[in-house]
Amino acid sequence: MQQKIDAQQVRKVAKLARLDLTEAEIEEFTGQLGAILQYVEKMNELETAEVEPLAHCLPIHNVFRADQVRESLGTEKTLANAPERDGAFFKVPKILEDSSS
Amino acid sequence: MPVHDLTAMELRDRIAAGQVSSVEATRAVLDRIDRLDPVVGAYLSILPERALETAKEVDRKIAAGEPVGTLAGVPIAIKDVLCTSFGTTTCGSRILQNFHSPYDATVVRKLLDADAIIVGKTNMDEFAMGSSTENSGLRKTVNPWDTSRVPGGSSGGSTAAMAARMCFAALGSDTGGSIRQPASFCGVVGLKPTYGRVSRYGLVAYGSSLDQIGPIAGTVADAALLLSVIAGHDPADSTSVDEKAAPAGDYLAGLNEPVEGLKIGIASAFNAGAEPAIQKAIGEAVDDYREAGAEIVEVDMPHLDYAIAAYYVIATAEASSNLARYDGVHYGYRSENANDYIEVYTKSREEAFGKEVKRRIMLGTYALSSGYYDAYYLKALKVRNLIRGDFVRAFERCDCLMMPAAPTTAFQIGEKVDDPLKMYLADIYTVAVNLAGIPGISIPCGFDAAGLPIGLQILTPAFSEAKLLRIARMYEARTNWHTRKPVGLE
Amino acid sequence: MSDLTYKVIVGLEIHVQLNTRTKMFCSCALSFGEEANSRVCPVCLGLPGALPVMNRQAVEYAMLAALALDCPVAEFTKWDRKSYYYPDLPKNYQISQYDLPLGGPGSIEIPLEDGTTKKVRIRRAHLEEDAGKNVHAAGSFSQVDLNRAGTPLLEIVTEPDLNGPEQVRALAVELQRIVRYLGISEADMQKGHMRFEPNVNLVIDRAGQQFKTPIAEVKNLNSFRALERSVAYEIRRQLDDFLETGRTMQMGNKSTRGWNDVHEATVLQREKEEAHDYRYFPDPDLVPVVTTRQWLDEIRSRLCELPLQRQVRYVQAYGLSEYDAGVLTGDRSTADFFEQAVGSGGDPKRICNLLTQVGLKLANERGRDLLGLGLEPNAVATLAGMIDQGVISASAGNTILQAMVETGKKPETLAQELNLVQKSDAGELEGIVDQVLKENAAAAADVVAGGKKSQKARGFLLGQVMQKTKGQANPKVVSEILNRKLR
Ligand SMILES: [Mg+2]
Ligand SMILES: [Zn+2]
Repeated sequence: MQQKIDAQQVRKVAKLARLDLTEAEIEEFTGQLGAILQYVEKMNELETAEVEPLAHCLPIHNVFRADQVRESLGTEKTLANAPERDGAFFKVPKILEDSSS
Repeated sequence: MPVHDLTAMELRDRIAAGQVSSVEATRAVLDRIDRLDPVVGAYLSILPERALETAKEVDRKIAAGEPVGTLAGVPIAIKDVLCTSFGTTTCGSRILQNFHSPYDATVVRKLLDADAIIVGKTNMDEFAMGSSTENSGLRKTVNPWDTSRVPGGSSGGSTAAMAARMCFAALGSDTGGSIRQPASFCGVVGLKPTYGRVSRYGLVAYGSSLDQIGPIAGTVADAALLLSVIAGHDPADSTSVDEKAAPAGDYLAGLNEPVEGLKIGIASAFNAGAEPAIQKAIGEAVDDYREAGAEIVEVDMPHLDYAIAAYYVIATAEASSNLARYDGVHYGYRSENANDYIEVYTKSREEAFGKEVKRRIMLGTYALSSGYYDAYYLKALKVRNLIRGDFVRAFERCDCLMMPAAPTTAFQIGEKVDDPLKMYLADIYTVAVNLAGIPGISIPCGFDAAGLPIGLQILTPAFSEAKLLRIARMYEARTNWHTRKPVGLE
Repeated sequence: MSDLTYKVIVGLEIHVQLNTRTKMFCSCALSFGEEANSRVCPVCLGLPGALPVMNRQAVEYAMLAALALDCPVAEFTKWDRKSYYYPDLPKNYQISQYDLPLGGPGSIEIPLEDGTTKKVRIRRAHLEEDAGKNVHAAGSFSQVDLNRAGTPLLEIVTEPDLNGPEQVRALAVELQRIVRYLGISEADMQKGHMRFEPNVNLVIDRAGQQFKTPIAEVKNLNSFRALERSVAYEIRRQLDDFLETGRTMQMGNKSTRGWNDVHEATVLQREKEEAHDYRYFPDPDLVPVVTTRQWLDEIRSRLCELPLQRQVRYVQAYGLSEYDAGVLTGDRSTADFFEQAVGSGGDPKRICNLLTQVGLKLANERGRDLLGLGLEPNAVATLAGMIDQGVISASAGNTILQAMVETGKKPETLAQELNLVQKSDAGELEGIVDQVLKENAAAAADVVAGGKKSQKARGFLLGQVMQKTKGQANPKVVSEILNRKLR
């Protein structure tokens, strides 16, 4: 039986998920995720070509908010749980390159 | 009868009548917590000063004849998945161990507005991921009926606190059975409302399209009372349902009226997966309903066997995204070993998340990643639709479905922790309900040979909680399983 | 070199901040340079348990923009989560729209230098939330400010239809004009309200063979000038690079380059397009948007005539120059003012001159728009009429307009007060003309004699009359009198 996922893929996924997994965890997860994925593929027994995907159980739409300002938390409350701050800012180690939306 | 053995309704009425004070009831609960919780481990934090102060205020209001809320003076426990602007909100995780929420969850607001006394916040599987509360990053909780066993999960702290009468009622959350399964393991009532019935605002998200907050109580009436307080539309939650579409109500009104011409649907083949003692207890419960005049119809639920597969893809996919925010930048744990900003993410998450959380984040990330999305995530959404279809068709033929809440009674601590798939498979009777968004309740319906409680699960169509509670109450009124208390704890 | 030709291919990715009162999914006020992290709430801070709720105004602004860009508005759209980790993105996913954008495909018409216009195709227009800001000024660490996090953004993606720096600039200017006309964005590039990211490459023909250079995406463009220059720079750079290395477009060799305003050059940021895996999936916390016909009609009714259409109309209907029409339609309030003045009966060209030569200049000096000067359109129309009727001279008109801004008085009043009313009374002027003719008999004779000197002599006599009247004589009336007397 072919393994569903190998250690290399597990490393890649860990990188995407921003988890610095240990080697022991990578090994453990490779086996466990493989078994789970193997099980999950049970879904392939079902013919679903004609079935709509169901992301929301509720048939509701257009739930809006009026464009009215409400008070924000304020700087102190916003930063209250910050692991590190610098004045009114959150502080993080130097970011090297900017991304964008 | 000692105060702690009163139901929430009885307590509320006696407080209102001035027969018992809220301070007295709160002290009784805090004393029990002091005495029993070192063994049970139900609470992550207790709020004695705040609780007593609020209780005093309720007593004053009642003495002064001022109007009070529907839960006036009743000590309640809440799962630590709910944000409170007081104390900590940890979600059972080391990553939020010192987190102080600046705001209250909508349900917490509603409890406070109803003059309930929040005595403490209960233990849970980390981020509600688990079926035994063994995945808590902060504390171990045991089953009050047998302290070598798990209380179930993920709302195991709330159900254990309820079973040990360390509260009069509690709130839990249910993403794939996390109220119903621990309720069945602990011999209490646990209700998962329809998706959209109760606001999720302030409920720390696990699987957002599946999560619902619900009551855990000693009786069906107490569950109805709590639901009446927490249900209803909330403009802060886009997925909470409009009052006009599905009015929430007073779930106590008409609760004791039996449902005439009740039709119960049974999927025999599906139910056959449970332990013999459980099958027997469920069978006897159904017989009891038949004696009370109900008709039994056999229903075919061909897709329920695929519910676990679909659930573990959808829930983990959503979780992988919901839990991305715990990164050590704006709040929560930050690793001291991070040398650059990327390591702030990778090391904080690695060091503070427990194994099950990492496992699910990995699974969900994989299911959404490029090249696998269609095969796993999209496929699971389609299977979800098929599962919902099973329920829709079944409810054309019956008023409710009855099945076990879990295939086993409470298992031994450590029994399944090393085999996640085995643990997942034990969710067979609960996850489909979340996928379909319908309400479900677990009520005590017997005990196995080891004296462990068994839960009867009842399911009804979306937004029919009132009927669901009436059906549950019909059985409760004819039996006394719910009056049994764990022995040997005291 | 002579056998080498090339074509420039540019597509734009544009982000426009909508000027709603509150953020996209929470009730925090939009930020305008307040203290860092002062406009943040549990939702835009991404706190556990917080949930987003759509801002109706933002959705309607986006619908309005889509309609203006000729993009059909989707009947059904939804929200998706786009995953990437960055300190200014508190949830580590951005709420955006992936497979079902709010609008598109459509097009935008841009003016070209030769006076014609060009249709540039728009691939899609969708709504999303902005990130906060990472500040790198501190040296050894970075600072994060979330005030901007959650601001509604309209993302517009064009097809690669632009074929040079001027066209890129023209599109940017035109889009700015449109969104300002619609009142949905301040669209100030310096303030980052409008951000352009051009994707540039060349299709080179050499000796009958075709080559495509690798695409470069340019970022950090804070002005129209930077936008135009960066594309021009990229063209040169890519051509040089091709000639030197022969490198052509391959899978995954798209690069990201940042514009350096000081050196006027793009600098490589990322060589290879990183294998992004955004893991888009429908946001379970938000419900879909269904746009009914009725709702869409209501939004459509708010749509105004777009600036370029207006500009063309001014040229055709009023005979204005392309340049003047462009200036007047530069912003909606100016064009509206102009049309109101014309509507009050003023001559379009005369009003145009008053507004472009004096009004806009004054507004500019005072850092306001035309409306901010407190002028009434019908007063400007009256002023234009006074010029046309010869009551005042054109230059006196300019003086009066300035005085109107300064004093708020009526043009008729000012003409009197400033003594700028022209002498048009033929009887009074005739006397003066007679006197001038008497004093300058030689010149008068030259006029009557006709021939070479006649024209010059006529001008001289007119000048003498103007001098005697201190410039207040209506030159047209004086001319007529002179003509009559020197026949
Ligand atoms: Mg974007
Ligand atoms: Zn906010």
